[in-house]
Amino acid sequence: MKSSIIVFPGSNCDRDISIALEKFKITTQMVWHNETKLPKSDLVVLPGGFSYGDYLRTGCIASKSMIIKEVVNHSKKGGLILGICNGFQILIETGLLPGVLLRNKKLRFLSKNVNLKVINVENQFCVNYKKKNIIELPIAHNEGNYFADQKTLNHLEDKNLIAFKYCDKNGKIDRDYNPNGSSNNIAGILNENKNILGMMPHPERLIDPILSGEDGSMLFESLNKSV
Amino acid sequence: MKISATVTLKKDVLDPQGKVVNQTLKNMGYKNIISVRQGKFFEIEINETNKDKAKKMVEEISKKLLANLVIEDYSINIEK
Repeated sequence: MKSSIIVFPGSNCDRDISIALEKFKITTQMVWHNETKLPKSDLVVLPGGFSYGDYLRTGCIASKSMIIKEVVNHSKKGGLILGICNGFQILIETGLLPGVLLRNKKLRFLSKNVNLKVINVENQFCVNYKKKNIIELPIAHNEGNYFADQKTLNHLEDKNLIAFKYCDKNGKIDRDYNPNGSSNNIAGILNENKNILGMMPHPERLIDPILSGEDGSMLFESLNKSV
Repeated sequence: MKISATVTLKKDVLDPQGKVVNQTLKNMGYKNIISVRQGKFFEIEINETNKDKAKKMVEEISKKLLANLVIEDYSINIEK
């Protein structure tokens, strides 16, 4: 499987995700945001970071960059796209995923591990979570408070397009275990065709026991399996 | 020509910063403040003399870039 990692000025998880993908035998290439051609790839990753210093709105300026047209074309052809943290914010600003990510409810930058429930395990990113659907991953963001109108939220729920929800260590989904105020405890969503995943938690940061856990590994194993 | 655009969060979107400013003002003794909404202000200089054309362009800019219409509203003000 071949992947392209889009690098924006201010991206800072690009090398982490590259190490994670390579570990699971997915080849990677870095693609600068000013490129107009996307190299042949099965998967495009929009990494975490602070693209363009979060100017205007998080992910906003990045969503207007040259390569994004190619990324949108890639998605139209059914190609996989994974957006993590700032990458999720970029996907939203591009319009590839619905809703918006507001500032965390308590206005604090959050950097900690959270429990997540994998809600949809039938997509190409999450199949390996069938074995274990309550996981722990780190979050590190200031704008992760997912917001959408009621109609959109109902649609996401009804069509099973929510990939991850914040929960407690037993999988209980409740406002008490919602770190940032997200509607319906949403931590990650899929598009209609389930070839695009946007998520606030960082799977690439937990892929080795030496990093205190491996719950991120299953996502990359799933991707590897899917092609 | 100078045109300004103001972008604020829509009424039903929670504005935590505005809320904090509101509370702080109350704490400072401004008891009759009802609410505060925080927003962004853009001063745009355009090489255009036709007011309508300029306004139309700023409308377009606001929709495409300055505001995210899911959560924000914008208003446009022609200065000179």
